[in-house]
Amino acid sequence: MTQRARNWLLIAPSGALLLVMLVLPLSFVFVFSFGERGPSGGYVPAFTLEQYANLPARWTAFKNTLILAPLGTLAALLIAYPLAYQLAVRTDPKWKTLLLVLVIVPFWTSILIRSYAWIYILGGQGLPALLGSIGIENVRLIYTPFAVTIGIIYGYLPLMVFPIYVALDRLDMRLLEASGDLGARPMTTFLRVTLPLSVPGVATGCMLVFILLMGEFLIPALLGGGKVFFVGNALVDLFLQSRNWAYGSAVAFTLIVIMLITVTIYMRLIARLQTGREDVAVM
Amino acid sequence: MGGCLTSDAADMKYDRGVLNDMSAAVAELRHVSKRFGDVEAARDLNLSVASGEFLSFLGPSGCGKTTALRMLAGFETPSEGEVLIDGQVVNTLEPFRRPVNMVFQSYALFPHLSVFDNVAYGLRQRRPRLSRAEIAEKVSRTLEVVRLGDFGARRIWEMSGGQQQRVALARAIVNEPKLLLLDEPLAALDRKLRKAMQIELQDLQRQLGITFILVTHDQEEALSLSDRICVMRNGRIVQIGTPRELYDAPASRYVADFVGSSNFLEGRIGRITGARADFTGVSRHSFSGQAGPGIEEGATGTLSLRPEQINISRSQLDGGHPVTVQNRIFLGEHTEYVVRHDEIGTFIVLASRRAEDREPPLDAGTQAYIAWNPDAALILRAD
Repeated sequence: MTQRARNWLLIAPSGALLLVMLVLPLSFVFVFSFGERGPSGGYVPAFTLEQYANLPARWTAFKNTLILAPLGTLAALLIAYPLAYQLAVRTDPKWKTLLLVLVIVPFWTSILIRSYAWIYILGGQGLPALLGSIGIENVRLIYTPFAVTIGIIYGYLPLMVFPIYVALDRLDMRLLEASGDLGARPMTTFLRVTLPLSVPGVATGCMLVFILLMGEFLIPALLGGGKVFFVGNALVDLFLQSRNWAYGSAVAFTLIVIMLITVTIYMRLIARLQTGREDVAVM
Repeated sequence: MGGCLTSDAADMKYDRGVLNDMSAAVAELRHVSKRFGDVEAARDLNLSVASGEFLSFLGPSGCGKTTALRMLAGFETPSEGEVLIDGQVVNTLEPFRRPVNMVFQSYALFPHLSVFDNVAYGLRQRRPRLSRAEIAEKVSRTLEVVRLGDFGARRIWEMSGGQQQRVALARAIVNEPKLLLLDEPLAALDRKLRKAMQIELQDLQRQLGITFILVTHDQEEALSLSDRICVMRNGRIVQIGTPRELYDAPASRYVADFVGSSNFLEGRIGRITGARADFTGVSRHSFSGQAGPGIEEGATGTLSLRPEQINISRSQLDGGHPVTVQNRIFLGEHTEYVVRHDEIGTFIVLASRRAEDREPPLDAGTQAYIAWNPDAALILRAD
């Protein structure tokens, strides 16, 4: 067998899977988005731009997604970085594995159940009641953007911690010593050596979390209580409730385009930040 | 005595008075010990390094030489004793506050910065700030010194091992430290490049007048570069001296073995009279030799004999021992013989090419005689 044939054989299974599970459905979505809703739901072939013209009706969902996905990513990053730093740089190697396992322990329970737990924590009987007992009355937490953000941070933190941890764990400690030796204070060492060298991990983590957040629907549904709607929720609604496949396809396709654009810009930015680095590895 | 503190390193090399002058000490270790948990990495180190001196810590891995260096840099805090730099106790002073720079074993260059930015790193930490022009000027001047004038814009990973080594040097010396610490800086280079860099290092040290402290396990490197060598073993300093002193008058078998190579005979120390001692080998043969420091009559000891101090000939020599030539190795300027005495054992003999003018080289299997001047034999305590 030639090398070429072997290469093809190796990528054949994943290629076939991608074709059937991604390319084909996406093509359908693209085609459907120009069609019309059937009398009893579903799809009727047509060529109209009506669905796209109707997009502003779902503006709130887009707005929420485009605000809360980057915000959630940023919040997760700000919490994950110090945690990953502590784990990778400051922790005795013999404890590292145990602590890393603790980071993923929440994943052992379904996100549904974990998010339900937050409904109680943030709901009337939870934190607001506690705050009420110390005199801070009428705090509403559940079904607000704040609740959704909390849910996002909680759900996606491990995804952010791991790539950053890997980047920091690979960091040569002698570089930090060298920086100190050259007269840099610890804070300068962090800003000029540690942080730049962990950019690949930060980039990977943000990308993972951001992409997944753009399609998120469970957390806004549970903790946003129908008040904080994501595009994902709009899609659930359009495909499963009102069975308007054509309009749903237009919304889905628009989301894909937005994602492609933002991710491309993001990759460009990261690449520029890493100019000339041999080990550029965003994903 | 302070008056002879010139920047001329060549003069200083032979002026032991200056080297021992405590007031000129740039760095000092006073009864310094360092423990990591149960492991004692350094024990009761005492050392004074004079300004402008090139000192080496020599020893096998794990002997504590790197720990000593790291305590001077500030990466480790001594468990006991005092570390002084410029007459001030700096035991707990953070590395970034010390007027000391280090060249790391693996260079530890910043991969995300250009050659220029690596070298400028230390200058940019200075307060009050240096101007952009000043930094550029100092960096390019230093890059010239290490012969990397045109490489400022290069990325670290575009440089060869030898070039990276010079960037690491430039990054340290651009700060004009009081003390430059070098942790096995040449270990990663191939033999030829290492030789060339050794010469460069020595030139650089003379040119800059900076005090160098080098850590190495390579005796040849230590011998050729240093004004003084500090031989270490198991966390202790076993001997400090000039390369010549260590070679000619090692204090123990360990030093004789580590600095240069030697023939060793095990046995018992006999009568000691002044600078001379008698020695009886395990083969019952008796020898006379120079008494090493700290030997005691009747104690077990070692007779050390440098291979180049032994004469070898086909004809009987005065006080010669009969041997059989077992092997002859041509080493260019020298010929090495492995010879065997039936009772005393095996000797390595180094004959100069000159000697071959008088007598042609001996073949393996030849019967010959070896002899040496009793002054060349050193009788050392067992260690």
